[in-house]
Amino acid sequence: MSIQLVNLFASALLLLAFAMLSQRRIVRLINLFALQGVALVASTLTMAYATGQSHLYWSAAINGVLKVIVLPWILHRLIRRLNVKWDIETLINIPMMMLVGIVLVVFAFNLALPISQFSQSIARGTLGIALACVLMSFLMMITRSKAVPQVIGFLSMENGLFFAATSATYGMPMVVELGIALDVLVGMVILGVFMFQIREQFDSLDIHHLEKLREE
Amino acid sequence: MIEPLAVLLALPLAGGLALWALGERESAPEINAAFSGMTFLAAAWLTEGVVSSGPVTALREQFFVDALNVFLVALTAFVAFTTSLFSRPYMRIERDKGRMTLSRLRLYHSMYQVFTFTMLLALTTNNLGILWVAMEAATLATVLLVAVYRTPASLEAAWKYFILCGVGIAQALFGTILVYFAAERVLGAEGNALLWTHLDGVKHQLEPAIMSLAFVFLLVGYGTKAGLVPLHNWLPDAHAEGPTPISAVLSGLLLNVALYSVIRCKVLADGALDSHFAGNLMMGFGLLSVVVAAFFLPRQRDIKRMFAYSSIEHMGIITFAFGMAGPIANFAGLLHMTVHSLVKSAIFFAVGHAAQKAGTQVMDDISGLLKVSPRVGWGLMLGTLAILGMPPFGVFASEFLILTTAMREHAWATPILLLALGVAFAAVFGRVQPMVFGDTALPRLAHPPALIPVFVHLGLGLMLGLYIPPYLAAWYAQAARLLG
Repeated sequence: MSIQLVNLFASALLLLAFAMLSQRRIVRLINLFALQGVALVASTLTMAYATGQSHLYWSAAINGVLKVIVLPWILHRLIRRLNVKWDIETLINIPMMMLVGIVLVVFAFNLALPISQFSQSIARGTLGIALACVLMSFLMMITRSKAVPQVIGFLSMENGLFFAATSATYGMPMVVELGIALDVLVGMVILGVFMFQIREQFDSLDIHHLEKLREE
Repeated sequence: MIEPLAVLLALPLAGGLALWALGERESAPEINAAFSGMTFLAAAWLTEGVVSSGPVTALREQFFVDALNVFLVALTAFVAFTTSLFSRPYMRIERDKGRMTLSRLRLYHSMYQVFTFTMLLALTTNNLGILWVAMEAATLATVLLVAVYRTPASLEAAWKYFILCGVGIAQALFGTILVYFAAERVLGAEGNALLWTHLDGVKHQLEPAIMSLAFVFLLVGYGTKAGLVPLHNWLPDAHAEGPTPISAVLSGLLLNVALYSVIRCKVLADGALDSHFAGNLMMGFGLLSVVVAAFFLPRQRDIKRMFAYSSIEHMGIITFAFGMAGPIANFAGLLHMTVHSLVKSAIFFAVGHAAQKAGTQVMDDISGLLKVSPRVGWGLMLGTLAILGMPPFGVFASEFLILTTAMREHAWATPILLLALGVAFAAVFGRVQPMVFGDTALPRLAHPPALIPVFVHLGLGLMLGLYIPPYLAAWYAQAARLLG
């Protein structure tokens, strides 16, 4: 029962990764990111309940606070203050992104299959999904041309990594998870400050302005 | 009893907080230097303890200092200290020019200390997870430092740096997760399964299939931070657009710490795999970095960019050396890490003052340094000769050892290495020579430049080329044995 639930949440995570890949509007992207956080917390809670690992409750709590509440809140505030709430990313080819995304999923499953058989975890089948989420966030960071979606890509990559950790090994040691959460939070705050500086300089958050430095 | 390790880590952290709390004051550069100086003393104290009574662990084995990392701790604290001395007059001149303000200096000094803290944490932690956290924190601290001028170019460089290193370091986290996954099967699910000392004890039992994949991710991840080709794109931009003291610590220290993370992981992978997989991978990446960097060198026009490419080249040489493995190659790799760090930071000190004098970083517009300020000119010239591997400097000794080992064990790689070193020599020397000699009408600097660090570093680099003190040689040999 709980295995099926974890698999359900894992597939939700993968679907949300595809949705993020094809979402042009920044504000919806943030909502999708928050939803991804919800799926992550739900699967972690299911794992915690099924295996009786008490520290998983803690990591679910940390992730719930950080990824469902704090980070989306910071992002929403940021786009309101930067006035980019209704910005639309025009330069992405959605069918192409979907196809590349599918290729990445196939690749990730192939890579994860020989490894996941060593796992005793109940959620070992989902390691491939976790890796696919990481690779798709990676793709999103490469293809987006605006600063905020790149940052969301970065954060959702961390979601995928966290999911990999819970699905393969029931989570990393607590001290490491706390450290990672702290890094993500500090990074988000720094990037927020940074985006204001970029906008001050360029009057836009379009990364295309940031292509002056190259080899001649 | 007070642990030297605790003091070592507490000082820069306290320094970061203090410099932020004290706010915008004229004496901040001196406070910064004082904290770095005390950190260096703490590092010396720790080193003395480890050399005389062997490896130490602390805080329920969360921290671990052995022959391999103690020399990097000492080097890191030393270069951080001399760079803080160099940064005093450098930043004063930048302020006179209006590129820095007191509030930016507050951020700069505070982040400088935090950056030192994260590097020392990465070096001394025994926990591979905390190692990752510290490396990521080092990225975050330096993103702000690279962007401190707030010019369009520096913001671009910092953004690129953050995105590329963020992606890279995420790969390293996946690698760390895989290591934990492999270790958990042997060590159980307690917190011990990420402690390097415990992993080292059971490395032969770790699942080879998992460990080989984990090492690929770790090498790509930490290799991005070490500036290995093809993930090096952030490095020249960050070096060229950030303030020069930051270029010096990025090249001299951060790249070393990133490589240190790679070789710690390589020890585990080697144990698990019983094959040369990890070493071959490192040799490949290393050789590619050397060649690509060497062929990018002649195309550079910005002096800091050129020396940034030279750093990529040297990181490639070191990675290649550790990839070959064996006592001599490892010894040479460690020696090369030390001398590169000393000489490259000395070069950046001299380059910083030269660029300030000329008011530009474009090499065609800099000339006659020897006339306007002989000591900056000689510093740059000697530093360049040293980094290009001229005897009697230490780089020559380590490159010689690496090349002779390569000739014996991997003869095919030697012509490639020699060709790349030759191209690099012609490119860099041909550029530096007209900058140092020749005529000029440049004015003098408003503040006397800090040249003592330049010559102290070059002096140490020279000494390591002529004579390695026996205790240092024993120490290197011990670390080289540890690496297998």
